[in-house]
Amino acid sequence: MAVSSLSKPILKVENLAMYFPLKKKLGSRERKYVKAVDDISFEVQEGETFGLVGESGCGKTTTGKCILRALDPTDGKVYYKGRDIAKIPIKSIKPIRRELQLIFQDPYGSLDPRQSVYSILKEAIVSDHKFHTRKEINNRVEELLNLVELDPDIGYRYPHEMSGGQRQRLGIARALACSPHLLVCDEPVSALDVSIQAQIINLFKELQKKLGTTYVYIAHDLAVVRHIANRIGVMYLGKLVEVMDSEDIYDNPRHPYTKALISAVPTTDYYIEKKRERIILKGEVPSPINAPSGCPFHPRCVYATGICKKEMPNFKDIGKGHMVACHNL
Amino acid sequence: MGNRLLEVNNLKLSFFTVSGEVKAVDDISYHVDEQEVIAIVGESGCGKSVSQMTVMQLIQMPPGKILGGEVLYKGKDLLKYGPRSNEMRMIRGAEISMIFQEPMTSLNPVFTVGDQLREIIMVHKKVSKKEAWDLGIQALKSVEIPDAETRMKNYPFEMSGGMRQRVLIAMSVACDSKLIIADEPTTALDVTTQAQVTDLLMSLVKKMKTSLVIVTHNLGLVTRYAERIYVMYAGKFVESGTTEDLITNPKHPYTAGLLSSVPKITGEKQEKLKPIEGFPPSLIDLPPHCAFLPRCPYATDECAYGPYPPMRIVGDNNHMCACYNCIGGQ
Repeated sequence: MAVSSLSKPILKVENLAMYFPLKKKLGSRERKYVKAVDDISFEVQEGETFGLVGESGCGKTTTGKCILRALDPTDGKVYYKGRDIAKIPIKSIKPIRRELQLIFQDPYGSLDPRQSVYSILKEAIVSDHKFHTRKEINNRVEELLNLVELDPDIGYRYPHEMSGGQRQRLGIARALACSPHLLVCDEPVSALDVSIQAQIINLFKELQKKLGTTYVYIAHDLAVVRHIANRIGVMYLGKLVEVMDSEDIYDNPRHPYTKALISAVPTTDYYIEKKRERIILKGEVPSPINAPSGCPFHPRCVYATGICKKEMPNFKDIGKGHMVACHNL
Repeated sequence: MGNRLLEVNNLKLSFFTVSGEVKAVDDISYHVDEQEVIAIVGESGCGKSVSQMTVMQLIQMPPGKILGGEVLYKGKDLLKYGPRSNEMRMIRGAEISMIFQEPMTSLNPVFTVGDQLREIIMVHKKVSKKEAWDLGIQALKSVEIPDAETRMKNYPFEMSGGMRQRVLIAMSVACDSKLIIADEPTTALDVTTQAQVTDLLMSLVKKMKTSLVIVTHNLGLVTRYAERIYVMYAGKFVESGTTEDLITNPKHPYTAGLLSSVPKITGEKQEKLKPIEGFPPSLIDLPPHCAFLPRCPYATDECAYGPYPPMRIVGDNNHMCACYNCIGGQ
């Protein structure tokens, strides 16, 4: 389902860049940087799910952290509801942060092992300053547990007594405690088993229907992202190379990297799988310290020409908001 | 179909822990023919890795204990040799080799890749140090590692995940393994590296006329590469058959549930996934009836009171399933 173009973007990222400085080598004058995110722009509409995919080290998590202002971006703008939050003082970001929440990959690492479920949720609820009496808080805890389909009796348990799926549900409940408008989900299901993954993915979709939350969904599993997202951005070495509707990712990928990525993912459609065209990329992803000049993908690209080595291609709209950064279209 | 290379019959292994007996491998039987690629599929904790470690006799005993069964490799029962016997030592790592999920932990961080390759070659082949080194270089070249001569002097931490996994594959290549057991070989790798490494593994399997057992939870991967599949749940096999039969026409409710809970990259976008309700059981105190019963949408009284359903033939090409109510009748 396409989100109507009339709706306002809840999040607008413009030329975002995040460089991490490296230690200078002895005697060298030049300071080197890890260009984790390099000049990326995209918009997320209210109520939609925007998927960010890419291989490890491509900068998708860093992008997510910049959106939440967990990192101070080197350059660029992050508009949340029309207000640039990339450069405002950290004091004035606190009230906004309640509306921006994060769900982590490893639900065990992100929960305090010495806090009970009740106390974990209570902490998040109290920080919102909306519920004060014990009764109000208790009701809210129960409401949150119901929302993520956990048994309210679980309140007395500790994280180690719960299964991976239950922990991830608790992580989601905690993120929802302040009624956020934008949720950044960083690989929320990749640590879970196949049958549990599907349960959590369905939960995400139902919650979006009920609460109208906007998701930025970061993952490396293309099939999952295609399933959950309305639009998908593909990242490679800190750059956004393609943004498209999720319907297009299998039917009409245009960037050579997206094509290779799709063909690398096996499917369980037996007859399709046996007939699919396979593209095997040569080599490995270069280090983001010495990223190649021009288009970062050119050393591995079969279509690369002279211009690809020199110039980074512009992000072009090829119709219906399908954006591609490639010289050879 | 070639000759039978490995045949496992009624293998049983339990761990005896403080909290009780964990039936990690409970009466499984399978076979691998020469030059065949099979897959063992299941979720974490179902016993798929342990079953393969048992075949290699890498399980620490105690707490582990083999309670029965046989592992026939080329007709000889490996379990009779015992884990520390010379015979088993010569087979393990050479005739049958294993590739693990996390390549960093299976390589020794304080020795160079070359040292480790040379060691394994010298143990299994009667060659000099120099010859072993050269064989190591050849092996690295065969797994498409560029600049193999300098790479031999690298330590594992100087290599990327994909490279390390290639080194492990090179070890099997160098010893001319007849059977490679790959335990989640690409789970720790990136998508495009995954495709590179698996394609390399498959081409080597063809070239060296090796058999391959892939142990994984990734159903797409087995659809792409395996010829036959065994599905494991709570220590038992619940379904087996050729990849085509099993993927396109699953008979066991668990297999069907797994297949419908994975989102696909191909075809129409599904509006909603159909997950399997509940969660996998603990392997301690398993019920006498079918372990999938609490999660099964097809369960009947027979499932609750009857004994554990045995594997029986339910379709062509030896399609087997352990269920009283197989999907599609029979």
